[in-house]
Amino acid sequence: MARVVVDVMLKPEILDPQGKAVHGAFGRLGFDGVADVRQGKRFEITLDGEATEERVAEIRKAADTLLANPVIEDYTLHVEGDAQ
Amino acid sequence: MSTDTVSNATSTPDVEQPWAELGLKPDEYQRIRDILGRRPTSCELAMYSVMWSEHCSYKSSKVHLRKFGDIPQETPAGKMLAGIGENAGVIDIGEGYAVTFKVESHNHPSYVEPYQGAATGVGGIVRDIIAMGARPVAVMDPLRFGPLDAPDTKRVLPGIVSGVGGYGNSLGLPNIGGEVVFDPTYLGNPLVNALCIGVMRHEDLHLANATGVGNQMILYGAKTGGDGIGGVSVLASETFAEGGPTKRPAVQVGDPFMEKLLIECTLELFAAKVVEGIQDLGGGGLSCATSELASAGDGGMRVSLDKVPLRDASLSPEEILMSESQERMMACVTTDNVEEFLKICAKWDVQADVIGEVTDTGRLEIDWHGERVVDVLPETVAHEGPVYNRPYARPDWQDDLQADGAEKLPRATTGTELRDTLLKLVASPNLCDKSWVTDQYDRYVLGNSVLAQPEDSGMIRVDETSGLGVAVSTDCNGRFAKLDPYTGAKLALAESYRNVATTGARPAAVTDCLNFGSPEDSGVMWQFTEAIRGLVDGCIELGIPVTGGNVSFYNQTGETPILPTPVVGVLGVIDDVTRRTPIGFTAEMEGHQLYLLGETEEELSGSEWAHVVHGHLGGRPPAVDLAAEQQLADILINASRDGLIDAAHDVSDGGVAQTLVESALRGGVGARVWAPDGLDPFLFLFAESAGRAVVAVPRTEEVRFTDMCTARRFPHAKIGVITGDSLDVQDQFELPLTELRTAWTRTLPAVLS
Repeated sequence: MARVVVDVMLKPEILDPQGKAVHGAFGRLGFDGVADVRQGKRFEITLDGEATEERVAEIRKAADTLLANPVIEDYTLHVEGDAQ
Repeated sequence: MSTDTVSNATSTPDVEQPWAELGLKPDEYQRIRDILGRRPTSCELAMYSVMWSEHCSYKSSKVHLRKFGDIPQETPAGKMLAGIGENAGVIDIGEGYAVTFKVESHNHPSYVEPYQGAATGVGGIVRDIIAMGARPVAVMDPLRFGPLDAPDTKRVLPGIVSGVGGYGNSLGLPNIGGEVVFDPTYLGNPLVNALCIGVMRHEDLHLANATGVGNQMILYGAKTGGDGIGGVSVLASETFAEGGPTKRPAVQVGDPFMEKLLIECTLELFAAKVVEGIQDLGGGGLSCATSELASAGDGGMRVSLDKVPLRDASLSPEEILMSESQERMMACVTTDNVEEFLKICAKWDVQADVIGEVTDTGRLEIDWHGERVVDVLPETVAHEGPVYNRPYARPDWQDDLQADGAEKLPRATTGTELRDTLLKLVASPNLCDKSWVTDQYDRYVLGNSVLAQPEDSGMIRVDETSGLGVAVSTDCNGRFAKLDPYTGAKLALAESYRNVATTGARPAAVTDCLNFGSPEDSGVMWQFTEAIRGLVDGCIELGIPVTGGNVSFYNQTGETPILPTPVVGVLGVIDDVTRRTPIGFTAEMEGHQLYLLGETEEELSGSEWAHVVHGHLGGRPPAVDLAAEQQLADILINASRDGLIDAAHDVSDGGVAQTLVESALRGGVGARVWAPDGLDPFLFLFAESAGRAVVAVPRTEEVRFTDMCTARRFPHAKIGVITGDSLDVQDQFELPLTELRTAWTRTLPAVLS
């Protein structure tokens, strides 16, 4: 069984209120020297069987329509060998 | 890339500039060159292009909007303290209180990114209200979508609704009303209009200007990022190509928790009296705020753009000027108060930076790391943009459309047919229960919501001791406006006015959001001018002024414009909110007499019946008689104050049938009704004549009530009695409330859940 990982991040120019809140907490809790924080989402998708080209293309389509909002988010997709 | 400074612009007059890409026309670009006596720098070009866009400059509507100035600037409640041209209109409502309210559009951004578009629409209008010095107390959202069953509606509607709810709920503002309307013309162009109401003491009123040489200009709130760069000029001024948006400009993302801090911080700044003038940053961002504040003041302004705190250090000065990052405000502060100002901002964890000062040069001068990149007369940017007298002409098809009345269409005649028609109408998207939408909004937070949807108007208590309150309703029937834009606009005004009066409040002022197609289409422009004419005539006749609002053009898909949609918001004042009139028939009202006020005519064109049963739009809209509307309002207000009526509901979309169904389902008690003498049962149930309401009168007050109507010679007819658990239309049919409720409530969840 192969695993496909999709990492979703807000586009760089888009405001990230959650990242901003985390950044604020860094300072309050004494973690210094942090210039910025941006928060994203990671999806680990375990396939039934091999990560064939068609299957990965299918997941890419899902990432475009379901996992990410391409108007405000970018994503990267990669295949991670066999899942346990 | 080196900075395009003023001296560089002077020495390189022939550099090609991307004015066309920024939405400027050749003659507009030439005018900028004439004004400056040289070519603009790239920063100046950015500013002019944003500020001269349709959205910011009102270049196609300005000549027509001036007519609102012909309406006497007095309201039945009290003086108008601020009007058109300010961030929002303000009226005196007595007891030392003033209210401010305004509706604005956020249509195009909400199509591109429904959630964030709608959310930032709410955020923008709330900041307009804060900028006046008021505390925001409620919001309302008139929304319009394509057909309920269209695939794109399933993308757009849930996003917009959760955006409105997500932002408003997080801010802690009740959403007390609005509209949800479906029509095929909104499919590629949904309408998201957002209204906000604020309350202040008279002495807290603040206006947007930057006066006093040496005073400091402070930018506070969120940092500036690359959000919606050119959003205003690109998003608001061009239509989307068919087959979806071809360019997807950076969308603005809102942060309601930042906005909440901004509200509290700003109110504390006002209370501490450390603010001279203030403006929110909305469409047009810093270009708009600097040029408008400077030209409304008495001098010039110098700004160091490199002092603007950035979220993204790579932004160019042009981008900083055009950025539409949300949750930002700009204030003018005397040097003595700067320290206190910054201290208050720090307390609220709101970033604040001095970025410039008021000067006596009369010019707006902007520097980027010591180099002058903008040197203009601020009024040429803010107010002296192009003004177009766009050609307008009554479209050729208007006569044919009006000749094709719905009165000739086949109607239900038997009891069974009438029953089926009623069930079909009640379950239709425009008339069905909207709880699926409104339940996503918090309507009771802050604890002052007296009435909220599905009541006729939203009502907010202003003073806990005296019970003073305000009521607001927004309405527009776009089909009526298409059939006759002049009458349609008057009908929208009349309906909103009536809705406010039905709840017991005296209508006092108007805000409007004029949503139309392309002004470059002479037929659309005619609709626009007719709608304005209707609103101006209507307001003069009703004696209530327009205090502000917004115009949204280019609402069309390809060549097909939306229905002309002049949304009218009316605000009314009620002395004691405990005397308000709700719509529901409750158990305590068992036996109350039902009266229909107003005349019912054979008016079916543009009605929900014609739309739902026949898919028909043609003919002439119902006649509008504003003198009668005023009389009706007087009766409803006096009857409410004197305790002569316990429930009242206006008659509009769907006719008396819909009015009765909504009242019965709201309170859980049915009614036995009959058509008054001489009135055809079909017309009684489904005609949409204006100027009508159904009221529930206690038996003990019946004589006093009918005497009041008779003395005023106002048409009134007894049509039934509140009783039982069904809607019983005598000699025709009987429908159990359970069956009605099922039909009424299941439509939206069936499609959207």
